[in-house]
Amino acid sequence: MTRKRRSRTGERALWVAGASATLVLVALLVLVLGDAVTSGGSALTWTFLSQPPRDGMRAGGVLPAIVGTALLTLGMTVVAVPAGVATAVWLVAYVPKASRRATLVRVAVANLAAVPAVVFGLFGLGFFVSVVGKRMDAVLQTAGPVWGKPALVWSALTLALLTLPVVVVSAEQAMRTVPRDLLDASLALGATRWQTIVRVLIPEALPGIMTGTVLAIGRGAGEVAPILFTGVAYYLPSLPTSPADPFMSLGYHAYVLATQSPDPARTRPLLGATVLMLLAVTLAASSAAIVLRSRARGRR
Amino acid sequence: MDAEPTVHPLPLAVAPATARPRASLARRPRPLERLAEGLVRVTAYGAVAAVGAVLFFVLREAVPLFADAALALEVPAGSLFSPTAAADGAWQFVWQPVAEPPKLNLLPLLLGSLKVTLVALLVATPVAVMAALWVSEFAPARARQPVKIVVELLAGVPSVVVGVFALSVLASWVQRAAHTPHRLNALVAGLALSLAVAPLVFTVAEDALRAVPDSYRAAGRALGADRRHVALGIVLPAASPGILAGIALGAARALGETMIVLLASGNAAIFDTDLGLSTRTVTATIAQELGEVTVGSAHWHVLFVLGAMLVVVSLGVNVASDAAMRHMRRKLGTGS
Repeated sequence: MTRKRRSRTGERALWVAGASATLVLVALLVLVLGDAVTSGGSALTWTFLSQPPRDGMRAGGVLPAIVGTALLTLGMTVVAVPAGVATAVWLVAYVPKASRRATLVRVAVANLAAVPAVVFGLFGLGFFVSVVGKRMDAVLQTAGPVWGKPALVWSALTLALLTLPVVVVSAEQAMRTVPRDLLDASLALGATRWQTIVRVLIPEALPGIMTGTVLAIGRGAGEVAPILFTGVAYYLPSLPTSPADPFMSLGYHAYVLATQSPDPARTRPLLGATVLMLLAVTLAASSAAIVLRSRARGRR
Repeated sequence: MDAEPTVHPLPLAVAPATARPRASLARRPRPLERLAEGLVRVTAYGAVAAVGAVLFFVLREAVPLFADAALALEVPAGSLFSPTAAADGAWQFVWQPVAEPPKLNLLPLLLGSLKVTLVALLVATPVAVMAALWVSEFAPARARQPVKIVVELLAGVPSVVVGVFALSVLASWVQRAAHTPHRLNALVAGLALSLAVAPLVFTVAEDALRAVPDSYRAAGRALGADRRHVALGIVLPAASPGILAGIALGAARALGETMIVLLASGNAAIFDTDLGLSTRTVTATIAQELGEVTVGSAHWHVLFVLGAMLVVVSLGVNVASDAAMRHMRRKLGTGS
């Protein structure tokens, strides 16, 4: 009797400890979101969204950073999503799941995901800017460096590499849940393998591909370390007009406001509002991914 | 064709049961399709090329420091780690890349990374593992999904946002509570890092706990163990390789994280174990100095050496933890 009661106390203690630990995780999220809302909510005005920074970043808004982040994310998505889907198609439809070739590619994708963000920055500078860009300038015989310097396109490509694993994993998972009957039926009707991929496999796996895409966008929009040396700028008077231009980004702008303001008290609301914008983009992406995934699960 | 015996989940990649010449039921591809299929294959191998290229281009700028005769004379490899004598004769380890002559000792940076990583792990691991244990063993079924969503949202918070939070809010709390000599220090950076590390450890640990088959739990209950003993005495030990893998991945994440430490650590390269002092990590050093360094200088190459260390450690941890997870699943009979 006594033993049993003691063990129930122990069980309850463990339950409470575990539940408290879980609550801590919930509280952390609330804390970070709450701080962003309280410190930036009041500064999030139409002026803030539609104006460039003014007065040494103590006034005005973040329009160039919004545009820059949008262009950057767009460029990244245009590269990462087709490449990721193609990789997933190859893994699912062209090689046996446990073959050596498939394992090689899967391990490479997993390791790409493990490379620290700042190392992607080093790579972007050491490869895209210094090798590819310089080579392009030499071939195109440009007057002075045009491509061989940090630019929007190199940042987008660096981020595409960073987010590629996200797309591959989601797309592959989704493609593996497409019922075999559907693919069999398509093949039995005389479709080629490629037709089956384009008209059955990819459309059926679309929710999963979309999940991977929004996850990649959320991840890419928030990253700062990979773009530090590959194209982001402290301040630009005009919006980027070419892929070879530098750009401003919300994440880097938040970093700049937080560390290099001459007047932290006046910058604080602007910083909060910038953080709030960034959180809105990334959390909207995470939430969209969660909704898409639960819908896809519900359908099957 | 691959020689390994495999289970083929999709007919598109099915090897024929009969000795037919083609590897799939599908028709012979048309010429344009063949081109597209070639592109798909090249793209897939592109991931392999990308990992190779990342390693190659980081190492390419790191190796000259040891291989180039002039650079090796300017900055001997030993000087990156060995102490120099201060004015009063005491030994010191100094990172002052813009001093004349430059002092490029890596130990303050390595110690800085180690300090913040240890703090992050010490804080994040107990919380994350306990939460994972609760979610997998105790939580009512309807609480599971919301908790996972919260953790996913927390993981989705950009690191620069966590950094700003640490700089403007957390640092003040820590200073009020611990009266640290510097407002931004290793403790603040480590605590902030734990916000990024905890979701990762939680996710991997929960995955590992879930991989333990229910038959283990049922057997424990049948032998008279209560839920606490089943959780701590059976499920947790069975999942321990996976949980350790999660902690290792968390450590790699903390070591490689840049924006949080850049904003929260104070960035002074002080060789000291005191957590209350401002600290400079390997990643923050790269982020702050690569923009201003002369391309090709000793300092430039040292920054790439730091990058090479980061990438080697991260990939090593990733491969090892993947192997641990696989080993565990095989042992538990829940492998795929």
